[in-house]
Amino acid sequence: MLRDITLGQYYQADSVIHKLDPRVKLIATITFIISLFIVQNIAGYVIAAIFLACAIKLSKVPFRFMVKGMRAIVFLLLLTVVFNLFLTPGEALVSVWKLTITKEGLRTAVFMAVRLTFLIIGSSVMTLTTTPNNLTDGMEKLMGPLRILKVPVHEVAMMMSIALRFIPVLLEETDKIMKAQIARGADFESGNLIKKAKSLVPLLVPLFISAFRRANDLAMAMEARCYRGGENRTKMKPLQYKRRDGIAYLVLICYLAVCIGTKI
Amino acid sequence: MPLILDHVDYVYGGDTELAVHALKDVSLLIPDGQFIGLIGHTGSGKSTLVQHLNGLIKPTGGSIYFNGEDIHDADYDKKKLRSKVGLVFQYPEHQLFEIDVFSDVCFGPKNLGLPRQEVELRAYAALKQVGLEDEFFYQSPFDLSGGQKRRVAIAGVLAMKPDILILDEPTAGLDPKGRDEILDQIAGLHEETGITVILVSHSMEDVAKYVQRIIVMNRGSVLYDDTPKAVFRHYKELEQVGLAAPQVTYIMQALREKGMPVNMDATTIPEARDEILRALGRA
Amino acid sequence: MGIIKTEKLVFEYIRRDEEGNVEGITRAVDEVDLDVEQGDFVAILGHNGSGKSTLAKHINAILYPTEGTVWVDGMDTSQERNLWNVRQSAGMVFQNPDNQIIGQVVEEDVGFGPENMGVPTEEIWERVEESLKAVGMYEYRKHSPNKLSGGQKQRVSIAGVIAMHPKCIILDEPTAMLDPNGRKEVVRAVRALNMAEGITVVLITHYMEEIIHADKVFVMDQGKIAMQGTPREIFSHVERLQELRLDVPQVTLLARELQKKGIGIPDGILTTEELVGHLDKLINKSVD
Repeated sequence: MLRDITLGQYYQADSVIHKLDPRVKLIATITFIISLFIVQNIAGYVIAAIFLACAIKLSKVPFRFMVKGMRAIVFLLLLTVVFNLFLTPGEALVSVWKLTITKEGLRTAVFMAVRLTFLIIGSSVMTLTTTPNNLTDGMEKLMGPLRILKVPVHEVAMMMSIALRFIPVLLEETDKIMKAQIARGADFESGNLIKKAKSLVPLLVPLFISAFRRANDLAMAMEARCYRGGENRTKMKPLQYKRRDGIAYLVLICYLAVCIGTKI
Repeated sequence: MPLILDHVDYVYGGDTELAVHALKDVSLLIPDGQFIGLIGHTGSGKSTLVQHLNGLIKPTGGSIYFNGEDIHDADYDKKKLRSKVGLVFQYPEHQLFEIDVFSDVCFGPKNLGLPRQEVELRAYAALKQVGLEDEFFYQSPFDLSGGQKRRVAIAGVLAMKPDILILDEPTAGLDPKGRDEILDQIAGLHEETGITVILVSHSMEDVAKYVQRIIVMNRGSVLYDDTPKAVFRHYKELEQVGLAAPQVTYIMQALREKGMPVNMDATTIPEARDEILRALGRA
Repeated sequence: MGIIKTEKLVFEYIRRDEEGNVEGITRAVDEVDLDVEQGDFVAILGHNGSGKSTLAKHINAILYPTEGTVWVDGMDTSQERNLWNVRQSAGMVFQNPDNQIIGQVVEEDVGFGPENMGVPTEEIWERVEESLKAVGMYEYRKHSPNKLSGGQKQRVSIAGVIAMHPKCIILDEPTAMLDPNGRKEVVRAVRALNMAEGITVVLITHYMEEIIHADKVFVMDQGKIAMQGTPREIFSHVERLQELRLDVPQVTLLARELQKKGIGIPDGILTTEELVGHLDKLINKSVD
């Protein structure tokens, strides 16, 4: 049932992309997304497509895994296309009843669809090749400077990583409580919305209580192991840039330059 | 009403190589009024098996009949089945949610759509059956001790008046006293009402003195299904599958190896004492 | 002074009703004197609510005494400046295997303690490796804790504590939620640590068969120490143990029953071998 949901869809493989520092991958993904909004013509999109294709090829992750992420946004994608197609004013191409497809509309719709598709696949490359843990580490390090502004960077990262650790545990627990209540004749499926919402009480109350109990236990266990926040803490797996990370940054700069070049 | 499992198979994880064969060709007959121990170590399939008995899991092969009817027939009333085959999960106190003990026990019978008076009568009777004193009825279930919470949870299932009561490791995490109290209570319930009881456990010693039949599960199959004494004769095989016979069995075995003519069928302490006294010529 | 010492330790907590008014005071630990020598294997027995877990939490400075004093390695636990040194010297393993593993990968969890202590990176790796090897979980170092059995999870937790190089380790009912195999695994790992590494062990449990190899046993009841002695001394008081709601091993019970019938067996039988040995002697005598 609920256990089938996979969060953090990491795909284990031995590739250059997997080995890259998570910071590089985060920055690269952001850069790639920005580039999608910089380029305005076909040449630009071709360059983006080549860049993305190379990244996918290097990552050794089968293409079908990348497309999986697309399923979730098919609806959004169609909606964007339809809106842009019909609602962009300009030179009419086809006109059926009150709906008119314009040349500009078609152009924007196609570009928008390509942009969204690239965006999703681009982010999938990152999540598929980076463990959630690594990703948290990368974010913590990248956001490090924010600490000057009193942003609790370490705490947020620690919270994210604990959440990731406990999501499967809590999902399993949800499954168990649900079954236990079904065994007591509970019905989670039939009835109208209000009845359904009410039927969730026997599931949610025990779940919250359990989550609080776990949080309490965990806090005690962490304290017993000398946890006292991020200060003076060392890292078992510190992030360190290697040669390949430098090369990756160079490639990235070149890519961005070419993208900007297409606009001139 | 008897429960029959006919060549039940359960595979999960789809058709990939990761598929797990959790139950393999399990056939069992559970007649009325038996007190059964279902034994197996973690991962032996015993928890999966009990979830089949009240239709929470649908077998991927084979059929399950309750009172002669296939429980997975399209028009079969699953809710009714679940009231007749009561399942108490492991750590059942984790499913308590109501503001007071009494309301929580009412949850099951209320779901059956019974009139309010009947619901309350059943809840009251169930709480009495598990031996909870009246003073706790209107307290929050979360203020009770571990053993009391567990009784309330068991009462929550009993209030549906099941014909078969299945308890998945009802003593997990309790101390010896709490364990004995719960098991004695269940044994008393069996005696008084004649309800069929299936006790899931990984401890032979705990169930040996209560049950009349032991089903041993290993890797999703039924390894033994017999009286406790007959099952304990296989203590060497039991050890190989990560289980152990009661300590008494080992003592008797060791004595026999030393040439003392004791009967291996002694599984409880009084039996063992009398056997040893007899062998020593002091009986 | 021993590695752990308590003197007239009292812990009280105030019970409040829903409005926050004081309902009464509960004395969970009542004038306990404990003295544990470096390298000892000490067991604390007692039923639920006997105060044994509350006592344990004092040794790790999670709780502070209401009255009396607790010293760990000579440090008074109620002194703020000793806090982190106390927690590092006296590591603690808890009951629920799911609620004390922080890392998403086994090795990262074991590294958590040393990270908090500010141990340099290379040394963390060395400590993680040796700790996981000590509990026999090294081959699982890259696994997710969610996929492990209860016994394996508890061994990871133990490794997480020994990676902090503590002088003693307190285990608060580490086996209560495990199946018999898991229980054996954990007790074996704990014994090995005590014997091979010389780490002082305080094992809190209600399973009598886990304390057979202890150097000293304390039995708690109603916040007080009700009995203390070697396992054999403790096991020779079968009736008293049953009064204290504890589970006496079948072999000890059987020996006691035979004794009552006039068979000459000494008090405090702990193992099957012992009982069989004594009976064997009796048989040979009666044959002569």
